[in-house]
Amino acid sequence: MTSIAHRPAARTGFAWARSLGAALVALALAFAILGPVLVPGDPFAQSLLKALAGPEAGAPLGYDHLGRSIYHRLAHALRLSPLIALAAVATAGALGLTLGTLAAARGGWTDRVLTTLADALLALPGLLLVLIVLAIMPSTATGFWLGLSLVLWVEFFRLTRAAVRDTLASPAVQATRLLGFGPVYVFRRHLWPEIAPMMLTAGAFGMATAIMGIAALGFVSVGMRAPTPELGLMMVELMPYWQEAPHALLAPVSATFGLLLGLTLLAGSRET
Amino acid sequence: MKSLVSRIIQAGLVAVLIGTATFAMMRALPGDMAWRIASHRYGYDNVDAAAADAVREELALDGPALPALLRWLGDLARLDFGNSLVSGAPVMDEVVHQLGASLQLAVAALALSLLIGPPLGILAGLRPGGLLDRGLLVLSTGLRAVPQFLLALVLILLLSVGLGLLPAAGHGAARHFILPTVTLALGLAAVNARIARDAMARIAAMPFWRFAEWKGLSRRQVLLRHGLRNVAVPLVTYLGLQFVTLVEGVVIVESVFGWPGIGHALVHAIFARDVPMVQATALVLGLGFVLVNAGVDAVTRTLDPRGLA
Repeated sequence: MTSIAHRPAARTGFAWARSLGAALVALALAFAILGPVLVPGDPFAQSLLKALAGPEAGAPLGYDHLGRSIYHRLAHALRLSPLIALAAVATAGALGLTLGTLAAARGGWTDRVLTTLADALLALPGLLLVLIVLAIMPSTATGFWLGLSLVLWVEFFRLTRAAVRDTLASPAVQATRLLGFGPVYVFRRHLWPEIAPMMLTAGAFGMATAIMGIAALGFVSVGMRAPTPELGLMMVELMPYWQEAPHALLAPVSATFGLLLGLTLLAGSRET
Repeated sequence: MKSLVSRIIQAGLVAVLIGTATFAMMRALPGDMAWRIASHRYGYDNVDAAAADAVREELALDGPALPALLRWLGDLARLDFGNSLVSGAPVMDEVVHQLGASLQLAVAALALSLLIGPPLGILAGLRPGGLLDRGLLVLSTGLRAVPQFLLALVLILLLSVGLGLLPAAGHGAARHFILPTVTLALGLAAVNARIARDAMARIAAMPFWRFAEWKGLSRRQVLLRHGLRNVAVPLVTYLGLQFVTLVEGVVIVESVFGWPGIGHALVHAIFARDVPMVQATALVLGLGFVLVNAGVDAVTRTLDPRGLA
């Protein structure tokens, strides 16, 4: 089904697109980390007199409907989602890598059980799973992390399993084994170089999926709760004021689009 | 045959996973579950401690988790979803009703995406590297980076709030279909078009394609006789995968546009902690995916009997 492994990497404009993607992601993260340092402020402080007011020195992006600095809320939101997404991708990647290698190396029952489990999870739309986990774990950041990890590991598992199975059967690995090298050496020398670029692509793609999911659930008000600054939540809060203060709505919209576009470009071309 | 068996196993596992997750949800909910269920069964005025205890006994809400879980899964296997904790109506009836509305939307979106995506992709793939190909690449990459709710937001602001052309929400008349369908279809078409384009470019570079041209068939004949079937195979395979995107899209898009379908119901049920509703809708969505994939397998095999895809 989906395999990035066998897709030709060299495509016209491919390297260029990746650099643009990396630049966009770096820009978003730089704003998230350095933004509040450059202009100190509080994402939660309200001052109703300034509701929907335009930009000024203390709030370079103006104020939202409750008179909170959009600049600082945006920086906060751009820390929150990528952080959850990164944690989820790291967990899912480690889990998928371990289980995928295990399934491919052991074969037999181990492989069958793990593959069946992965197939079953694959049959569940990711958002559904995240929603259910969120309902069980009301503390939302942990819930998101757990739910997203549960969804994302399948992709890493499938990629790793396919790559490891092919590589383990290769003459190079057989030769290494005949020379008496252990499994750790085989992994480091033969498997990891094969898997690493794929992992990076799948990781960037997983980050995009996770950030999109968090924002989407925030937008339909089942994700993060107000007053937490979160991209989707900010959009839905500011939507009624799109005419009075278009700059307010535009800030989270363009930030979300930029971040997701960056991650999509970074992940490179791939289906679904 | 083998694939049928594995699909059945997959379906069973999906049911067990959702069943277990919703069971955990039931146990994790705040408040006394027995009182809540009893009050829905017997009416708020008639409920007393004895009734609650009877419910607690029956559903083993206090007891060890494992037997209760098995009983819960047993109910699930008999498709006994019980009554909604919110409306009190049988969950089954509500889900069947909502499924209809969702299917209308999903089918319309899928059809529209197939009208937009593959034709553009095939045209681009016939001339790789051309202007249309490059334009399509930029457009589809951009579209894929736009979350569906954001697309919905833009469409609502432009077409219904800004120009007042279309209703932002609602269900019933034909014009209510337009915005949600377009939102879903654009996202699907962005992927469709890429797959059709890649398949077309690959096929157009193959020897049999050149042979067909060389023996004097017109471009049109080559495409119709040798191209379309080959393009269709990866397209149909990915349609199955896209169903996941479609279901997720339905959950979000329905909520945004107030479409009375299963996605909308799911979000509301999660919000209201209406566990039987969550269980039923999640199960319908999960099993629907397995069913669609089985169908996709069958269609792919008919398109390409060589047993490759």
